[in-house]
Amino acid sequence: MAEITAAAGAPQFDEAQEAREFEPRGYWATVGARLRRDRTTMAVGLIMVLIIALAVFAPWVATHDPLQGSVLRRLKPIGTPGFFLGTDETGRDIWSRLVYGGRLSLICGITPVLGATCLGGFLGLLAGIGGRLINTLIMRVVDVFYAFPSVLLAIAICGVLGAGIGNTLLSLTVVFTPPMVRVTESLTTQVRSRDFVEAARASAAPMLAIIRQQVLPNVLGGMLVYATSLVSISIILSAGLSFLGLGVTPPHPEWGLMLNALRQAIFVSPVVAALPGVAIVITSLCFNLLSDGLRSAMDIKLPS
Amino acid sequence: MARFIIFRLLHTVLILFGVSIVVFGLIHLIPGNPLDILLPPEAPKEVVDRLKVEFGFDRPLYEQYLAWLWRVLSGNLGTSVFTGLGVTHELLNALGNTLVLALPAAVLGFTLGTVFGTVSAFNYGRWPDKFFSVLTILGLSMPHYWLAIVLVVVFAVIWNILPAAGMGSGGGWPTSWDDVRYLILPVITLSMIPMGVIGRMVRSTVLEILSHEFPTALRAKGLRGRRILFHVLKNAAPPALAVMGLQLGYLLGGSILVETVFNWPGSGQFMNLAIFRRDIPVLQGTVVVIASFFVFINLLVDVLQALIDPRMRR
Repeated sequence: MAEITAAAGAPQFDEAQEAREFEPRGYWATVGARLRRDRTTMAVGLIMVLIIALAVFAPWVATHDPLQGSVLRRLKPIGTPGFFLGTDETGRDIWSRLVYGGRLSLICGITPVLGATCLGGFLGLLAGIGGRLINTLIMRVVDVFYAFPSVLLAIAICGVLGAGIGNTLLSLTVVFTPPMVRVTESLTTQVRSRDFVEAARASAAPMLAIIRQQVLPNVLGGMLVYATSLVSISIILSAGLSFLGLGVTPPHPEWGLMLNALRQAIFVSPVVAALPGVAIVITSLCFNLLSDGLRSAMDIKLPS
Repeated sequence: MARFIIFRLLHTVLILFGVSIVVFGLIHLIPGNPLDILLPPEAPKEVVDRLKVEFGFDRPLYEQYLAWLWRVLSGNLGTSVFTGLGVTHELLNALGNTLVLALPAAVLGFTLGTVFGTVSAFNYGRWPDKFFSVLTILGLSMPHYWLAIVLVVVFAVIWNILPAAGMGSGGGWPTSWDDVRYLILPVITLSMIPMGVIGRMVRSTVLEILSHEFPTALRAKGLRGRRILFHVLKNAAPPALAVMGLQLGYLLGGSILVETVFNWPGSGQFMNLAIFRRDIPVLQGTVVVIASFFVFINLLVDVLQALIDPRMRR
């Protein structure tokens, strides 16, 4: 009995593939090797580490106080001595604000996806594993939330609750949970019908053990790939909420908010006004490319 | 087929019922009485009580919900607490303006996406594939409100060949070249996300289909490139249609940011105004109508899919 469970406990590669491989390797080792060979993804990873490091070490990287402005140096162009990316409409240093802004923008991008992955993943697993009644209950509620265009729902919730970073995180979590449930549920249903799960069930393994040892390891990869692509959307959406005045409140530096404030200045210094957007594009592009790289390294086909 | 449509219609009714509950519940997310945000704190008690009765806030929740649902079903979305005008009329006007942007943007985005995706897949791994893959992923990764600003800077500020914002004369569908000029920048901006999503989706679907045996069989039979393309695209159509339906819905409901940048008097701006005026009936009405549109588009897409692919008629 114990032997069967143990054999089924390593379901990530089937025996035929193991035989074909010259050197038998675990699943994650194979994925790691494929990732290391993928030059695009490695470069993207490097840029992402750089962006995150800049945000984390903002106090050391920033050249000025991000909140301290001066009427004397408003809207300086790029390349001004001491302010190499220029200054904004109240004379604050753009570089410092971009670096500090990365903190809030990354938090607003990643936290809701983390929340949605935990909540949506749990509900999706439950819907996939549980009986028909539980599945119907969860999935029909998800269907209802799917009836709202995501941007509309996020804006409506934020609009009702009022501006503020907490409400932004809350509304984005609500928006991202239903798609996460759908993806996890469909991944779980696929895994559930595989032979090794049947074998574990036939060997009378407890349900929780089956979930933990058989189902979860096979579902996590797909969830990770999907969550990474969601972060890209989340960064754009949360910055969009701030851009509308529904997210982070001034004077805190945040990319969407900076974009909105600098919008008044596009006639005076168009290039500086576009800079916060460039930061958003690079970050969101990185997460999208990372998701693509992970997907091909893990050889995952996500249900659409 | 008839059974499929009836089943799908029943499903739609259930979803719409759920939508109505969510939208109604939305205003009760606000802590306290919905009237508190409308009235100044120093408002006299009698006025508050009278308004409470007038808006029905004194009755139990389910009664309020049923009354609201009944009104919405009979086509009355209430009156704006800010302007005192009927929501239904104003909203339909605004939605019309949004359609003027959404439809051309959808056509442009879907066409570009399909072409880019197909060319990419048929040239897998070669330079057209790489070029179009970069283009489509950029379309996804760009915040469209930022692209809108960049386009305004380039075409309206630096070159001064297109208007920066507004809708031109009148409103509604453009009647002259001058009106069309106002459309160009917002339509290009809005078409980016559908272009990216459809392009990536068509590419992976076509690649998947090309890995089957039947395209090889067709080639062996002596069919030329264009005829094979037809067969492949016919197989790629159902999933592509599903995504297109979703994207059209997003364009209707999600253009709020782009409409703000271009000062376009559509449903997005209508809703934005309502949010900042704390105008709950307008907000509720807009969300419920756009979500219903979205549900009906999905219904339409499902039926279309079933028409093309008999396997979909479960």
